[in-house]
Amino acid sequence: MNKTLDMKQVVKNNGVLIVFFIICIGLSFLSPYFFTLNNILNIFRQTSIYGVIAVGMTFVILTGGIDLSVGSILALSGMICAGLMKNNGVNAFAASLIAILVGGGLGLVNGLLITLGKIAPFVVTLGMVTIARGLTLIYSKGYPVSGFSSSFREIGGGYFLGIPIPAIIFVITVVIAWYILNHTRLGRYTYAIGGNEETVTLSGINVKFYKTMVYVIVGIASGLSALILTSRLNSAEAIAGQGYELDVIAAVVIGGTSLSGGRGTIIGTLIGALLIGVINNGMNLLGISPYFQQVVKGCLIIGAVILDRLRDETN
Amino acid sequence: MEPILAMKGITKTFPGVIALSDVSFDLYKGELHALVGENGAGKSTLMKILSGLYKADSGDLILRGEKIVSTGLREMIGHRIGVIYQELNLIPYLSVAENIFIGREPLNRVNGIDWKKMRSMTKELLEPFNLDIDVTQKVCTLGAAYQQIIEIAKALSLKAEILVMDEPTAALTGNEVDKLFDIIAKLKNDGVSIIYISHRLEEVHHLADRITILRDGKHVVTKKRGEMSNDEMVRHMVGRVLEEQYPQYESTPGDPVLEVKNLTKKGICENLSFTARSGEILGFVGLVGAGRTEIMQTIYGYRKKEGGEIFMNGKKVEIRNCQDAVQKGIALIPEERKQQGLILGMSVFDNAALAVLDLYSRTGGILKRSKINAEVNKMIDSMDIKTPSVRQLVKNLSGGNQQKVVLAKWFIRHCDVYIFDEPTRGIDVGAKVEIFRLMQNLALRGAAVVMISSELPEVMNIADRIAVVFEGRIVKEFARGELNEEQVMEYSLGLHEKKHA
Repeated sequence: MNKTLDMKQVVKNNGVLIVFFIICIGLSFLSPYFFTLNNILNIFRQTSIYGVIAVGMTFVILTGGIDLSVGSILALSGMICAGLMKNNGVNAFAASLIAILVGGGLGLVNGLLITLGKIAPFVVTLGMVTIARGLTLIYSKGYPVSGFSSSFREIGGGYFLGIPIPAIIFVITVVIAWYILNHTRLGRYTYAIGGNEETVTLSGINVKFYKTMVYVIVGIASGLSALILTSRLNSAEAIAGQGYELDVIAAVVIGGTSLSGGRGTIIGTLIGALLIGVINNGMNLLGISPYFQQVVKGCLIIGAVILDRLRDETN
Repeated sequence: MEPILAMKGITKTFPGVIALSDVSFDLYKGELHALVGENGAGKSTLMKILSGLYKADSGDLILRGEKIVSTGLREMIGHRIGVIYQELNLIPYLSVAENIFIGREPLNRVNGIDWKKMRSMTKELLEPFNLDIDVTQKVCTLGAAYQQIIEIAKALSLKAEILVMDEPTAALTGNEVDKLFDIIAKLKNDGVSIIYISHRLEEVHHLADRITILRDGKHVVTKKRGEMSNDEMVRHMVGRVLEEQYPQYESTPGDPVLEVKNLTKKGICENLSFTARSGEILGFVGLVGAGRTEIMQTIYGYRKKEGGEIFMNGKKVEIRNCQDAVQKGIALIPEERKQQGLILGMSVFDNAALAVLDLYSRTGGILKRSKINAEVNKMIDSMDIKTPSVRQLVKNLSGGNQQKVVLAKWFIRHCDVYIFDEPTRGIDVGAKVEIFRLMQNLALRGAAVVMISSELPEVMNIADRIAVVFEGRIVKEFARGELNEEQVMEYSLGLHEKKHA
């Protein structure tokens, strides 16, 4: 009896991981191309663009917040990076650094409005969606900026030891985020704030500072993602990143992070992001219409939350 | 006479725990039967079985002579059982009338809500309670006592003949308690049978026709009122002889540690001054609403002060927020344990470590894991927190053990001043003694301990010096034993001023 109970527990606690493996095994049978090194690396590369942001978003959602403006921040950071390189002759390294700073800066604005302005994260970042998008259009006058140096194109298209560089960036981001969440004050406070903000305040912790920081982190992640996307497309467009917030939040939620905060893991987000990547990739390989893919993604999000609920009720 | 309700041989287990084992309990018409026991004794589980929320593993439920087989919440309401939980279940932004008739609102011809009828039905229902409230008022604008009464009215409107009240006076002030007791007497007169759960033994003696004591999921004793003394009840509850309800110690008052001068905050206090010395416990008494909690929160920087100065160890300090207070060596153990003291969804370890992460980290906020592990585990061990492991979530612990987790959090930090706001609220007798001991140990270690409590006997016995707060002012300060409870009550009620005037 104990054995079966344990099996149930295992299934419930690792539901998404098991679903992930089942889908992978299924796709391997359905498409001979799916389980090839090439395709796996391809999935990682495709996933990295929103996966990197999802890593940052995990921090925000762990505090019980939300950031809807990641797609717009991505567009503005990417456009400024492209503009600096093409119009001002700034070198790729400096322009990339500035793009990340722009992302972090916009995140800081979000964070300060939320903590000092005491406005709900949903409202602040909803405003930032159109502000950053508008700034991108003003800066670019609506035209795309294309054609970059070969060194910049390496970020999105290059390989290191046969592994796509975006995949490496994604994995490194995951490792750093895991370390921060588990081994630094910032990480532990992130969980604590999501668990009970008032208790954390009364424990003498500067909640406003740490809450602001999580928006800076997701901003930086958006800037980083902007580099990968801009480099990969060899072009920055004002409409870049539109709707990304949905994939990003979906990855985090599918990964088991609670939208009310306090509970979740970075490994969960990694699996959540890869699961979305695998499903997109698999359905493309099988020739399923992209319209249908949207339906599947939606079901996945709801299914993941149901799985989560089941786990809560048994524990 | 047949009992209206008989629960026979009830057993209920949860994974790893036997919550109830072979417990029997009965109730006669018009009787008030008190159910007493420490936290975790099984009172709530027994009542949840009665309300239909849980299903017993074995045992019989006999209502009005008939055996009830399948039970569910709705079915039990249909059997005229009304349960009023400790956490009130009213919807704050709906009116009194809507709350009472939620789910069975009277309808008009077009299937809309018949407001006029609902209001008049509510008025009729509340009539016997003699309340000065408007039935269209939102529930959130009412005090705890009124909300309690509305819950009772709601249960009665469902034709409840058996009423379960779980710690109904926990959030009430003295006057409100009297009002509730009047209503309880009236209900009994009307033939309503009441099961009354309470920690307050005085209340139980006052109200109960019979008293049943549970301990560790087992029935210990059922006796009529007057057949058991307080001491006897406590002994049955804890299952051992408590050598003393209020442990004694030798206080060694030293230098002033926390000095508050002319603290002013509109609506809370004006020119309030006091001094807490190292090595002693300073108690604050007063009625609920006298502003004790708010005063401490203002000192702690949780609320912004408008005037006054705070000195720590003789030096003036600026406290703008809680962070400043903690950095200067002040700890506040809040009254609202679950909302303000703990992160319920996190582990014992994470909760206990929360306030010291800044002390044990390298630059960049990287934690010294092994150091933190050592300190936290040592403290949890020394406080005898009953938990299967430090990884256990705090929400799964009993009230007393939860409070110990809050204390552990602050003890690890070694503060100079410890402010306890109602440290024993909702905690069973055995754990109370342990909490008192821990407070005394802090004083012996040289800390200044400040304690707010609404349980007069507790402060009178534990605190070395006592300040009485009335309307945001300290109206009297005295050493332990100088005044008796009646005199303290006079000061708390502000009667001394009227006498002089």
